[in-house]
Amino acid sequence: MRDRVYRTEAVIIRRSDVGEADRVLTILTPLGKQRVVARGARKISSRLAGHIELFTHATLMLAIGRNLHIVTQSNPLERFDRLRTDLERIGAAYYAAELVDRLVEEADENRRAFALLLATLRSLDAGAAADLTLRAYELHLLDALGYRPQLHICAVCGELLTESTDRFSASAGGAVCPRCAIADRQAPPMSLPAFKLLRYLQAQPPEIAGDLRISPATRAEAERLMRAYLHQILERDLRSLAFLEDVRLTQHLAEPDHADTTGMRRFAQGDNDDSN
Amino acid sequence: MVGSMHTANETQILTEPVARLIEEFSRLPGIGPKTASRLTFFMLRAPDEAARSLAEALIALKQQVHFCARCYFIAQGELCVVCTSPARDQRLICVVEEPLDVVAIERTGVFRGLYHVLHGRIAPLEGMNREDIYFDELLDRVRTEPVEEVILATNPNLEGEATAFHLQRALAPLGVRITRLARGLPTGGDLEWADPGTLSSALEGRREL
Repeated sequence: MRDRVYRTEAVIIRRSDVGEADRVLTILTPLGKQRVVARGARKISSRLAGHIELFTHATLMLAIGRNLHIVTQSNPLERFDRLRTDLERIGAAYYAAELVDRLVEEADENRRAFALLLATLRSLDAGAAADLTLRAYELHLLDALGYRPQLHICAVCGELLTESTDRFSASAGGAVCPRCAIADRQAPPMSLPAFKLLRYLQAQPPEIAGDLRISPATRAEAERLMRAYLHQILERDLRSLAFLEDVRLTQHLAEPDHADTTGMRRFAQGDNDDSN
Repeated sequence: MVGSMHTANETQILTEPVARLIEEFSRLPGIGPKTASRLTFFMLRAPDEAARSLAEALIALKQQVHFCARCYFIAQGELCVVCTSPARDQRLICVVEEPLDVVAIERTGVFRGLYHVLHGRIAPLEGMNREDIYFDELLDRVRTEPVEEVILATNPNLEGEATAFHLQRALAPLGVRITRLARGLPTGGDLEWADPGTLSSALEGRREL
């Protein structure tokens, strides 16, 4: 028989209000996704509230409840404070959390997904380019969950892909060779730099993504390709995309000609540079 | 909620009016089927007058109260009591998420300016974005009213912060002073139990005695 109270490492990926002052948290643990309840966490005097903010990496003490398990203590391991003071990074963290929430089932053990989310939050917090960090995260998370896009062999015929590859078919499951591309007229074009970027990100550890020097146009293209691919799997867009887009728009309005201090100014904005 | 929460058999035992009221109550936030049943049986035993006055209160609420055309706080006329008061400082707008936050701030009796109720906050995971709250309406007010300072009093959690950052960015080009409520320790609390985030902002925001 299990103990009534147990300890788990977790990242809080989603939060909603229930009842008078309670919160239901969706947490990602190395053992999978789980929903737990934090009693009274909305009260300003709650001792728990500050320890269970979204995206916090913490050790949680959970008591087995009748329905949802109950958070009795939270000991934050990492809070990612830098990330929280920047709208683009908040948006990127929302996106990372939502993606794993949508792709991982409850109580479905996946240590790699957990490690990937943590690594992504760390990179975002450390100031790495948010868009590239997210692309690497998407590619590795898809791999960890069995949705790896084909970037080395043709997704249709299985032939080894060469540099003449110029189509990416989300429905076929990845890049397609020139011969198969003729048959699949729906497949959108893919430039060589975008193809190389995706292949590189898929093959390298995700942490290196932030250090790459890639042109804004290629970054924007990689984002479009991955979005199409994810749309194919999830059957709809993630909600946080609207937020990310909104943030990009207002950023342009608010500070039209500021220096690129955060490395985030060109957040995948290929065709919309600072020169205007 | 589509359809009935009771099976045909249960509805027969409970009688249709009882089942219906239970269902109505359980639509309310924070009320589950058990509480709804308890409330229903309480009303059943209560004098007729109690039920009538509850019903009348509900109808009056929907007929007489709506949201202020200017700040979106609750109002009986076109504008709310705060907006129509000549004593309020028209140069100050305090931005909050919900009408109840206005009530909380009014309870302090310290704030003499106006409000702007967003009716929500930006929470992408719940599908709440800028256009789902009274965000652009605030920008319009700042453009057209003699506002000098906007106090961002959204909740001190991630969604509230993100909303405040977003507002700050949109307000910055309009040339008003933008402030955020201070964050610190709750009265009556113990330092030992404070979370690091609160404690560090309390340290940063410390004041000369």
